[in-house]
Amino acid sequence: MPIISYIEAVTRAIREEMERDENVFVLGEDVGKRGGVFRATNGLYEQFGEERVIDTPLAESAIAGVGIGAAMYGLRPIAEMQFADFIMPAVNQIISEAAKIRYRSNNDWQCPITIRAPYGGGVHGALYHSQSVEAIFANVPGLKIVMPSTPYDVKGLLKAAIRSNDPVLFFEHKRAYRLIKGEVPDEDYTLPIGKADVKREGDDITVITYGLCVHFAMQAAENLAKQGYQAHILDLRTVYPLDKEAIIEAARKTGKVLLVTEDNKEGSIISEVSAIIAEHCMFDLDAPIKRLAGPDVPAMPYAPTMEKYFMVNPDKVEAAMKELAEF
Amino acid sequence: MTKLRHHQLGLSDEDVLQMFKTMVLARMIDERMWLLNRAGKIPFVISCQGQEAAQVGAAMALNKDKDYVLPYYRDMGVVLHFGMTTQELMLSGFAKAEDPNSGGRQMPGHFGKSKNRIVTGSSPVTTQVPHAVGFGLAAKMKKEDWVAFTTFGEGSSNQGDFHEGINFASVHDLPCIFMCENNKYAISVPLEKQLNCENVSDRAVGYGIHGETVDGNDPLAVYEAISKARKRAIEGGGPSLIETVSYRLTPHSSDDDDSVYRAKEEVEAAKKIDSIITFGSYLKEVGLLSDKTEEELRTNLRKEIDEATDYAEKAGYAEPESALKYVYGEE
Ligand SMILES: Cc1ncc(C[n+]2csc(CCOP(=O)(O)OP(=O)(O)O)c2C)c(N)n1
Ligand SMILES: [Mg+2]
Repeated sequence: MPIISYIEAVTRAIREEMERDENVFVLGEDVGKRGGVFRATNGLYEQFGEERVIDTPLAESAIAGVGIGAAMYGLRPIAEMQFADFIMPAVNQIISEAAKIRYRSNNDWQCPITIRAPYGGGVHGALYHSQSVEAIFANVPGLKIVMPSTPYDVKGLLKAAIRSNDPVLFFEHKRAYRLIKGEVPDEDYTLPIGKADVKREGDDITVITYGLCVHFAMQAAENLAKQGYQAHILDLRTVYPLDKEAIIEAARKTGKVLLVTEDNKEGSIISEVSAIIAEHCMFDLDAPIKRLAGPDVPAMPYAPTMEKYFMVNPDKVEAAMKELAEF
Repeated sequence: MTKLRHHQLGLSDEDVLQMFKTMVLARMIDERMWLLNRAGKIPFVISCQGQEAAQVGAAMALNKDKDYVLPYYRDMGVVLHFGMTTQELMLSGFAKAEDPNSGGRQMPGHFGKSKNRIVTGSSPVTTQVPHAVGFGLAAKMKKEDWVAFTTFGEGSSNQGDFHEGINFASVHDLPCIFMCENNKYAISVPLEKQLNCENVSDRAVGYGIHGETVDGNDPLAVYEAISKARKRAIEGGGPSLIETVSYRLTPHSSDDDDSVYRAKEEVEAAKKIDSIITFGSYLKEVGLLSDKTEEELRTNLRKEIDEATDYAEKAGYAEPESALKYVYGEE
């Protein structure tokens, strides 16, 4: 199986879906000739032309809103937000419109839009090019939020998002784009949205996380294995709605649970995961639920000292895992 | 002999009678809704009164078998012309399960019916403008000859979505018609506190598109402006911003008291140039309508509204647990 990067998996998923269905098109800032500021849409403009790879005016509410209109008509737009941080001007369109179109029309209309955005820190992006924004959308029924960790998952889940008849927010970790590589079949395949995935089997502690932090946990788990502890790692993949069954099963498996996100801690995705475990696994736990996350400050600062302090990394994950294993 | 105005516009005598009928029907349904509200039978009304000429004049300039409309909450005249029935509007007023707009999920005025290409709307104002642009984009991509028509109030023309949407449509030459129904107030706030240019349509210059202000009490003037806008759009000439100026004859909604922010005399003066009266007079002058035929028309419409009200009042509500349905498609 060919080994490709995380961002190449994004491009391939889009290209294959555009080849498969002429209703699929891309719109966003600099997505055309430039191929995206991260090059996620590289080559698509040349292959499909400016009609299907649309450089829009610099206005996020219109990128989302025009996409929503086209989706209601029956097209399958893939709207790119240049950075997840800049999705904010489009929040009204996403929460008031996309999320509610099916429900408010009593199933008479639907909105099959995919909104992609690079998120995440550790790239010297400072406050406004580093944020995790998923928690804002994660109590909005009607939306689905996918945050894949591997190139394999990216391709399968992005294709599923594009084919979904509901709006999907697809957050890609920008540091994973070129850092993470993996095997991706050339063939067409989709992965189910809403299903978590066990990335490592183990009996001593459970780590539940998503996105780039999955890789931090995997690395930490290898070190911990040398010290005699085997970690079970569950990758949420879809952070809304959550795969409750998989979360409960993973928590029960070891009775010791570490939850990791690089987002701010309070009110984050892992807060909800923690509540699910507390509700269902009270008598299966051998230690208090442990959370590792960014501090509750507005966002990640620029200077390397402060950025490193904010950002989750393999060492921090390993330390938290060890502490839990020894509890 | 000089040609009659409506003939000059290519409208037949039947067309203008139909126009008048839809205007009167919208007005009479709206009046009934207020009675039902004041009688405690329906929780909320938001009115078309004063804007029927703009709505029906515009809707008749569209192709109701092809075009997509994205109306705002006052557009009863638009949706009636596009095939929403009196009974369906009443079902929506009573929030009953059979309401095609939302099955009783949304307040009245939140129109939507895919079969008739009436696109579902929400409460936050102006969000429908970018949606209309998305429909226009679809028409262009699919090389189809229809337009997307959307409306909003003058206060709502200050929202970012108005500017972002129209600019996008202009840059991509999309077949969209943006119609601002300027009724001089946004709840209590008068026009002069909303914008500092003379007309909402002046803003068209900033987007490089056609802008025009017409008398919103004259359905023929609106018909003409929208017909031309539609022709331009279909021929690749891009979007237009048409402003119809009229007056909101009712309080903002059934929950508003307008006496605290505007004078009775102002409302009374507006009622004298109410389009239902002035367009009725035109039809009488040209011999298409008489007091007698108008009364017959009203009697028939009253009967239709009575029956619709009865039906809607007796119809069932949605099952409580049905509130859980249709969050996602693949359930
Ligand atoms: C984004 C948003 N802000 C505020 C409101 C509350 N609101 C509803 S209608 C309205 C006034 C709208 O005035 P205008 O656009 O002139 O339309 P009109 O009601 O006069 O037809 C306001 C403030 C809303 N629905 N949406
Ligand atoms: Mg107004």
